[in-house]
Amino acid sequence: MIKFFEQLGSFLTLMYNSFSKPEKAQMYWKETFRQAKDIGVGSLPIIAIVSTFIGGVSAVQFAYQFRSISLVPMWWIGSIVRKGMILELAPTVSALLLAGKVGSNIASELGTMRISEQIDAYEIMGVNTPAYLIGPKIAASVVVVPMLVVIAVGLGIIGGWGAGLLGGFFSTTEYFRGVQDGFDGYDVFIMLVKAVLFGLTLSSISCYKGFTVEGGAVEIGKSSTQAVVLSSIVMMIVNFFVAFLLL
Amino acid sequence: MIEIKNIKKNFGSQQVLKGISASFDTGKCNLIIGKSGSGKTVTLKCMVGLFEPDEGDIFYDGRNITTMDFHSRKAIRREIGMLFQGTALFDSLTVEENVQFPLDMFTNQTAAEKLERVNFCLGRVNLPNTNKKYPGELSGGMKKRVGIARAIVMNPRYLFCDEPNSGLDPKTAIVIDHLIKEITEEYNITTVVNTHDMNSVMGIGDKVVFLHEGLKYWEGTNKQIMEITEGELFDFIFASDFLKDLRRNAKY
Repeated sequence: MIKFFEQLGSFLTLMYNSFSKPEKAQMYWKETFRQAKDIGVGSLPIIAIVSTFIGGVSAVQFAYQFRSISLVPMWWIGSIVRKGMILELAPTVSALLLAGKVGSNIASELGTMRISEQIDAYEIMGVNTPAYLIGPKIAASVVVVPMLVVIAVGLGIIGGWGAGLLGGFFSTTEYFRGVQDGFDGYDVFIMLVKAVLFGLTLSSISCYKGFTVEGGAVEIGKSSTQAVVLSSIVMMIVNFFVAFLLL
Repeated sequence: MIEIKNIKKNFGSQQVLKGISASFDTGKCNLIIGKSGSGKTVTLKCMVGLFEPDEGDIFYDGRNITTMDFHSRKAIRREIGMLFQGTALFDSLTVEENVQFPLDMFTNQTAAEKLERVNFCLGRVNLPNTNKKYPGELSGGMKKRVGIARAIVMNPRYLFCDEPNSGLDPKTAIVIDHLIKEITEEYNITTVVNTHDMNSVMGIGDKVVFLHEGLKYWEGTNKQIMEITEGELFDFIFASDFLKDLRRNAKY
């Protein structure tokens, strides 16, 4: 228990230092854009593929169940896919994918920098290392993850439409009637809240795990795995509380 | 001049530095030597501020960094250049970007001014035309030279080198030693080199501090070191029986 609070204190201190005043704002902006490009562009293909197929599978599964209940109109599928993607599937699945891809990448990158004394080299130069190495990663993640989630929602809805047409479950008009029916902006708000919190969670935990690594190659691997596992667990807990408090 | 006074450092129950005092002269190559585990690296890391000593004072030209506030200490760090054992070059940046990084971060020079300074430093370490290469494309000796170029790009007053010859062949090691010596004298820098390479001791050791089990055991010049005939330092310098016999039979 004492170790937990020690680690929590160390984590919060590191996060506080990560957002202290930069030496030269221009360099931090440059680094933030570089990180945003890495996280965003680098993760786009996997997010696109997975979300398209999740939308498709959702449409097929609901169509399969609705066919046995003949009273339910098929255009509802569009509505269900949209709501499911916005409220849960797009933010959660995207965040879990990003924890695996971006989180492990951040932890191993910072861990390698720590072991190879690159972080020490920044410190000797007088650079505020948490602010320069962690701040931009978290800032980029908080901005880019919601963007990726919005793209995932769009592609998920398109995936559902494609799967439905392929299976002959509904027409285009029916599906998009469902997509538009009962649209509530509050759902999007909840999605964005989740996406921002997930971006913050996965980047901050991964940065902490990478930045504080000690030892060698084995420890870098362990910290990378811990970053993915811990951020996935914390994101699911955050997911529950957001749903519980906001829905 | 850098002075350390009664530096002590523990890691848990292990006492690594047991009260080391020494001074390192300006314009000279000051070497810290000793066996593995003698406290060389911890001493160096305390001096540059990567470790906080448990006790003792460190003075940079009379300025005590152990009692300084955060901002003053950061200002001192900009007067420091350091060559790391593994070079610590930034993998994702080219040679030019590595050397230019401190200029980008801490100066308002124009792009042309920065490039001119980078090219000068790379030329000074005999590495022209490598600007666009990545560290992964360089040999060990070339990486060390880039590390030196990055260390001197901000015109430091203090240069620290941690095992500058590790992993290098003897010929390249001598080249790196001479480069460090030339730069120290050319820019009148206080240079502190952490090494266990006896070629470095004899080649560039204007002042040599020998550490043994966390204490300063001996201090002198590279010429005086050859007069040692017994004790821990003798065992360290003439590590093999062959060298010991050679030394005992030599007439000085």
